[in-house]
Amino acid sequence: MLETLQVNIPSWSDLGYWRPELTLLSTFLVALIGDLIVRGRRPWVPFTLALAGMLLALGFAVADLGEPAHTVMGSLIIVDGIASFFRILFLVAGLATVLFSWTSEEIMGVKREAKGEYYALLTLLTGGMCVMAEARDILMLFLSMELVGLTSYVLAGYMRTSLRSTEAAVKYVIFAAVSSGIMLYGLSLFYGLTGETTFVGIREALFANPPHPYALLVVVVLVLVGMGYKIAAVPFHHWAPDVYEGAPTPVTAIFSVGPKAAGFALMIRFFYTTLVAGPEAAGTSNLLRLVDWPLLIALLSAVTMTYGNLVALRQTNVKRMLAYSSIAHVGYILMGFLLLTSDGLQAILFYLLVYMLMNLGAFLFVVAINNHLRSEELTDYAGLGFRAPWLATMMFVFLISLTGLPPTAGFIGKFFLFKAVLAQEWYWLAILAGLNSVISLFYYMRVTKAMFFTEPAESDGAAAPLAIKPLEYVVLAALCIPTIGLGIWWGPVRDFADQAIARFNVGI
Amino acid sequence: MEITLTHYLVLATLLFLTGMLGFIVRRNAIVMLMCIELMLCAANIVLAAFSRWHLDLGGHVFVLMSFAVAAAEAAIGLAILVEIYRRRRTVNVDELTTLME
Repeated sequence: MLETLQVNIPSWSDLGYWRPELTLLSTFLVALIGDLIVRGRRPWVPFTLALAGMLLALGFAVADLGEPAHTVMGSLIIVDGIASFFRILFLVAGLATVLFSWTSEEIMGVKREAKGEYYALLTLLTGGMCVMAEARDILMLFLSMELVGLTSYVLAGYMRTSLRSTEAAVKYVIFAAVSSGIMLYGLSLFYGLTGETTFVGIREALFANPPHPYALLVVVVLVLVGMGYKIAAVPFHHWAPDVYEGAPTPVTAIFSVGPKAAGFALMIRFFYTTLVAGPEAAGTSNLLRLVDWPLLIALLSAVTMTYGNLVALRQTNVKRMLAYSSIAHVGYILMGFLLLTSDGLQAILFYLLVYMLMNLGAFLFVVAINNHLRSEELTDYAGLGFRAPWLATMMFVFLISLTGLPPTAGFIGKFFLFKAVLAQEWYWLAILAGLNSVISLFYYMRVTKAMFFTEPAESDGAAAPLAIKPLEYVVLAALCIPTIGLGIWWGPVRDFADQAIARFNVGI
Repeated sequence: MEITLTHYLVLATLLFLTGMLGFIVRRNAIVMLMCIELMLCAANIVLAAFSRWHLDLGGHVFVLMSFAVAAAEAAIGLAILVEIYRRRRTVNVDELTTLME
């Protein structure tokens, strides 16, 4: 057996293409040690370190944008267009969350211990998500998903003394572990079918020697369970509302965009590489037909968006309502996966970027309000339009963008998705998505109505203006301006997505 | 009787289904975590068996890594369960209902 062993020693020079991830990982260690040195008494030390590390990583990621595709660590990791695109998305989301966590009472409140670990873990989470977008081997796929998962459980249960936070962590850990177990079983069967662990090797083996359709279907469904769980698609969504509601709100904000987008990045790379030979080959591939992939995804998408929207209708807690709305958005994004074409891929990338801006904005607004009201109930949002007019106006922008109304980025994102679906003549799905957008208008506007058209209660100063911190204004404005801007002038970001697709490498 | 690949796969399938069934039926969070370990074990057996069958070491490496991950997951899972047991005096998942609608 030893004769067949081919040792593939990775070269150190590869690591130069992996500067953002290396920066994030070393920031994680430095922030942990820094926190130990100041004995947890000066939370600004780990905060500053995490912030500096993320900024540096973002700088590296932007500088590496034009690089051609490279593998790192032998065959485990690839840095190409898709990876560079998602790196930037994750780093922006991570930065916004780090900044906002500094203002959050839930994280920085007086009773909270171990504030330093929080920032270190956020850095590690961001790094893990970047690796998810770069995995090109089922081993790395599994390890990166677990890295993000393990970090997330700790962050979800970060408020150790809170019943809700610990309960969220328990539910997260149990559902995540079982779905990753199922996915690992699927991956092991993929390995059994092909004898390969790299995505490219799996594709070549599958095309050279097509397996029985049912065998392939079972394996694909098992792997979809793990990924569907990560993106919280129905029927693997049970954890999402509870975890989103129970976790500290800044953590929920990054959960709702980061690991979800990372799950999509992983799905893009895995399925575009193993089932078809990249976006251009989607029309001619036969493996898609073997498993009836379009129908599988269309059903998943239809059920996810309808369920998310219908249940969101009867929520009275804004955080929980946004959790269901984020499930519905996964349904919209899945429409882009129907035939694994480059149109669909472009729509997915654009929508994920837009979704990151608007959903992060909406959740961070909830953080800002929670700092003052200690509540996320819709009834307590009454009159916020008068008490914090600027913040409420920005929330209004995020909400109409989430609904998908012009002139916001959400409209353009939905337009691309609908275009991709209609081009493939899946009319019933497009009509269903349209109806769903109308339903979502109702519950998003309920928040607007509470904020602007309901008088605040007169009792004990409940109508007094809120003292919003400058940092909260800055971060929310930084998310709000592009949300409107991309609705009017979306060209540059569409080109950015196009370049990512053009440099999407499924060959090496 | 010679032990073939099929025997390993049947064993793995049975182990996986046992774990799955246990996860669905039992309500004690610690037992549920143990059932998940059974499912991971099943996947490891498949990987190791196919690794030998394909004469490729990739599967063996995968098994080693997945051991490490399973251990880390169990450590974090149990730590969280200890935390919730301190507050609730129970680890029955049916009684964790603070976050239900």
